Amino acid sequence: MSHPQTIIRVENLSKLYVLGKSGGSEGFRHAFQDFVTAPFRWVKNLSAKSGNRAGGAPEKKSATDFWALKNVSFEIKQGEVVGVIGRNGAGKSTLLKILSRITEQTEGRVQITGRVASLLEVGTGFHPELTGRENIFLNGSILGMSRQEIREKFDEIVAFAEVEKFLDTPVKRYSSGMYVRLAFAVAAHLEPEILIVDEVLAVGDAQFQKKCLGKMQEVAKGGRTVLFVSHNMGTVTSLCTRAIWMASGKVHRTGPVRELVNDYLSKGTASDYQTVDLKDIPRPSYVHDNRLRLESIEWLNETPLKHGEPAEVLVRFTINSPVEGVSVGIGFSTIEGTRLLSYDTDFQGDPRPDLAQPKTYSVKIAIDSLPLGPAIYALDVGCRSGDTHALDYLPSVVQMEVIPGPKTPGCIVRQDAGVRFTCRCTWD
Amino acid sequence: MSRNPPQTLTLEPGRTAKNYWRDLYHYRELFLILAWRDVIVRYKQTAAGAAWALIQPLMSIIIMTVIFHLLAGVPAPNGTPYAIMVCAAMLPWQFFSNALSLASQSVVGNANLISKIYFPRMIVPASSIVVSLVDFLVACSILIGLMLYYQYWPTWRIIVLPPLILLAVVAALGPGLIITALTVRYRDFRMIIPFIVQFGMYVCPVGMSSDFIHDKLIEKLGIGLGTKFFMIYSLNPMVGVIDGFRWAILGNSSVFYWPGFAASVGLTFVLLFIGIHYFRKTERAFADVI
Repeated sequence: MSHPQTIIRVENLSKLYVLGKSGGSEGFRHAFQDFVTAPFRWVKNLSAKSGNRAGGAPEKKSATDFWALKNVSFEIKQGEVVGVIGRNGAGKSTLLKILSRITEQTEGRVQITGRVASLLEVGTGFHPELTGRENIFLNGSILGMSRQEIREKFDEIVAFAEVEKFLDTPVKRYSSGMYVRLAFAVAAHLEPEILIVDEVLAVGDAQFQKKCLGKMQEVAKGGRTVLFVSHNMGTVTSLCTRAIWMASGKVHRTGPVRELVNDYLSKGTASDYQTVDLKDIPRPSYVHDNRLRLESIEWLNETPLKHGEPAEVLVRFTINSPVEGVSVGIGFSTIEGTRLLSYDTDFQGDPRPDLAQPKTYSVKIAIDSLPLGPAIYALDVGCRSGDTHALDYLPSVVQMEVIPGPKTPGCIVRQDAGVRFTCRCTWD
Repeated sequence: MSRNPPQTLTLEPGRTAKNYWRDLYHYRELFLILAWRDVIVRYKQTAAGAAWALIQPLMSIIIMTVIFHLLAGVPAPNGTPYAIMVCAAMLPWQFFSNALSLASQSVVGNANLISKIYFPRMIVPASSIVVSLVDFLVACSILIGLMLYYQYWPTWRIIVLPPLILLAVVAALGPGLIITALTVRYRDFRMIIPFIVQFGMYVCPVGMSSDFIHDKLIEKLGIGLGTKFFMIYSLNPMVGVIDGFRWAILGNSSVFYWPGFAASVGLTFVLLFIGIHYFRKTERAFADVI
């Protein structure tokens, strides 16, 4: 095929969100008014024949308008495997949601040729009460497979997921690993012309991730068009040929994947999360103590963090009323929230200060050599009083990227998140 | 590349797919499987299982019969056991109220689907109406039981029951869609549904016949005003459905009031039209506001 056909054409796509207006606060009175006056507005609109029919909500220009996407245009040709990269909030997910028709754009046009299957999550629609067998059918048809198709692929799906013995057990009794395997297995057997995938490879144990990656590569090589969003640059580079780099709702650059990923890693991340303000981030419901509030964290070294290199972080917090035995800790978790690594100020009998005076304090946490392999991690920050009492806790405040350091061997550059130490050793 | 040339889909703001109805048909398998899921899940891990579909209407029928007939002395229409008369209304009423409550919760309950996958959203409330319909069919065995007990046999009119069931589905679908769409944005409606269901049982002629209400209205207000009020009363879509059920099941002992029935059916379809229109208008924003 010398002239591959354009499969996805996106023109000037924009999406406006009006923040802080998600319904609940407006309540019943507004709804009732809206509903009752609807016919009148309709009549008015008809008689006025004005082009601007805004539907239910009155159009107000507001300070809380937020353009998640602004004038995004690109084309994807048949058989291309395109990675969409960019920071959190760059508009990647919004873009995928519009392409998979979950939400509607505010402006612009999209043309898609062919059958689309979108995989924005693994196991969408799985019902805990239903058995594995039933969930395969349910999930399959939710993803757009026909019953016939599912029946044909049933054995393959079961074998891929390695759940033969538990087919007639409700999935609520599955281990989380089995659950994820089954869910991915269904998704992996989709055969659409266009596949839209969001971050779903970040599941399961390392071995299963490899298997999924292999399956994805198979799909990609099978001539299908794939649009793939991931924070894992390793996966993006190994799967995709071309990349679209999104930044604050716009297409920043498009081009060959390697070039873009390299540039993205070298400057895309810097300074973005150098300092993170923690004041206004909502706390989990179990944090009640108001005596201490975390204020901010600041990386004193350059970000992104580098594997095997030293790192230093400054944690600031405010004391409102006296607290005894304070300790501060940071933790690195996988994106799914499994803690991998923690640093605490008090783990080896180090003193826990009693802080009585209400003011802002800070503590510097120094890491000699960061043992995390190159990947994306979620950063957790917390403060404790004594052994057990949580003063303030913020799980997953930001995603931190760890990139290979100067001494990182090539064998771990790709893919594997986790703690990577070097050991003291004696060779004989 | 032996396949037919694939279809091109154009997404533009304000145009929720020109081929809405074809799309809906295209997703019929998902509709069936969601309905199947809801039916299966409804009574999972309950000891009594599907018996719940019998217990609720049965208890209500007994209470209604005791209160209205035995205590308040409302007479049964000639020759019909009061319990059968109540049952003929209780079954469609329970269907309606179940459908309304389930539908209103359905989209919010399936938020994870709505925010991750595209499909015509209408199949979610529609599939919860199927659940109520299955409950209704199970509950019909109460009617059969009562008829056997009282040795009361239906006439030929019973054959209009299927179209009447269809009418009941339409009567539930219209308001169901409106309430569903409103609940997505305003969770207040979750609080309102139990009220509607509770009041509705007394507002609709469930515990007594429409005749009885008709006669009482005329007795209290005189023939002119009474008839007018009864007409207004008959606008209630469920009045039409319930009267229809009674007409089909009770045979000659049920008086049928045609203008009221016509008005009721008319409003049913008006509500269906409004429901579909409003639902379609709001559904494209579901993923954003849910």
